[in-house]
Amino acid sequence: MSLFDKFLPIQEARNELLKSGVNPFHITVEKIISPTEAIFNGRKTILVGTNNYLGLTFHPDSILAGQQALAQEGTGTTGSRMANGSFASHKELEKAIADFYGAPYAIVFSTGYQANLGVLSALAGPGDTILIDGDSHASIYDGCRLGGAEIIRFKHNDVTDLEKRLRRLGDRSYRTLIVVEGIYSMLGDRAPLAEIVEVKKRHGATLIVDEAHSLGVLGQHGRGLAEETGVEQDVDCIVGTFSKSLGSTGGFGISFHPEFELIRYTSRPYIFTASPCPSVVASTRATIRVIQAHPELRQQLWTNSRHLYEGLTKSGYILGAEVGPIIAAMIPNKELALAMWQQLLENGIYVNLMIPPATPNGECLLRCSVSAAHTQKQIEKIISAFADLSHVTQTSISPAHVQPDATLN
Amino acid sequence: MMSYSEILPQLFDTLKPFTKQGFRLKEQTELVAELGLDSLQVMQVLLKIEDHFDISIPLNNLPNIRTVKDLGEEIEKLLKG
Ligand SMILES: Cc1ncc(COP(=O)(O)O)c(C=O)c1O
Repeated sequence: MSLFDKFLPIQEARNELLKSGVNPFHITVEKIISPTEAIFNGRKTILVGTNNYLGLTFHPDSILAGQQALAQEGTGTTGSRMANGSFASHKELEKAIADFYGAPYAIVFSTGYQANLGVLSALAGPGDTILIDGDSHASIYDGCRLGGAEIIRFKHNDVTDLEKRLRRLGDRSYRTLIVVEGIYSMLGDRAPLAEIVEVKKRHGATLIVDEAHSLGVLGQHGRGLAEETGVEQDVDCIVGTFSKSLGSTGGFGISFHPEFELIRYTSRPYIFTASPCPSVVASTRATIRVIQAHPELRQQLWTNSRHLYEGLTKSGYILGAEVGPIIAAMIPNKELALAMWQQLLENGIYVNLMIPPATPNGECLLRCSVSAAHTQKQIEKIISAFADLSHVTQTSISPAHVQPDATLN
Repeated sequence: MMSYSEILPQLFDTLKPFTKQGFRLKEQTELVAELGLDSLQVMQVLLKIEDHFDISIPLNNLPNIRTVKDLGEEIEKLLKG
């Protein structure tokens, strides 16, 4: 027995996938052409699985800002902000994100994953409790673990279950952090935030919302679900990422609590890693300006989302319940999902294949993420590629008959 | 306050629907290995148990729970508060 033996089942699973021709979890983008197009296997492909919600990865302002910073500030910071000092641009980015949220305190992290690790582990430690939604992103689970608090899971989007668990905590609810997401990344559903806020107030708990997939997508100014719901003042902290609608990399936390500022001195994922590189910081700042100046991008995103949602519904697909930029078609089993995913790729459409254990309720999903940069023609192509999939299903049933099996709900 | 010996029969009853026909639950029964529960079913079992005993089992404690006995002892501990 060696350390490496535990990889055997993974190797077997991978070999099984490889038998089918491509490995959906290790695919190469040979050339990226635009926010919505790339070359895979020598073929021009429409991207509808990249979380590039506002389609800003090639925005000229963001590219120019990045190029200038690269030339003026160099390729990297070569260390942490605590040891090497903050570049002025780090502080300017923090100011920009704080202003965007109208919040006094903001801290930038090197990735969104680290933002969750950094904020959650600093806020809740031994003796504290964290209540997390059962469908939480891995970075939330990992952040909770890093802090050493007691972790309790509540049923996905179930406020009754949440409240029950707060009640069970008794007085400990005052030292409890509730963690939810604005839009859940797999099925695109939203947290029932107004009710969650009520419950958290009733029990004196603290609430943090991860707006990774809702920043730039929800709310009048694109600040996310808390803005859309009108409860920003009642949310204690927001975390988010620059890697989706802002098209760069990095993460952040904002808060109205002055103590938030002190996380810098205690948060290991902030202290013990190199600070974001200058070009990334500059591009991110430029893109924040772009989304502030162009609310019509968000409208376009929603128009495109409705278009795709309606098209796939008409073709008979069973989708996540809420219309939005994350549109996930539920497929009855893994083999079928893989075959359909491959056929889509061969027809020039890239979506995300999502299978358990990464998915809620053991679902198999063909997950689309819509972009404001998709043209109407591209959306129509995506719809017709999905509609054409009927011949992939071995029994040659039409997608209209593709029903998730009974255990799914 | 419920003792372990009072918890055990209730725990058997709660787990029963998740076992195959004719399976005899014992204190030493391994929850995942012997009952063949996948991660989804584990979550369903936990929810049922948590509601039945009106407790929340922290995720931190799950790695230490392998058998029915472990689970019973955990419930006893949580009920003591
Ligand atoms: C809900 C959620 N939080 C955090 C992250 C991490 O963000 P990043 O990719 O910037 O590390 C993601 C996405 O990967 C996410 O979906």
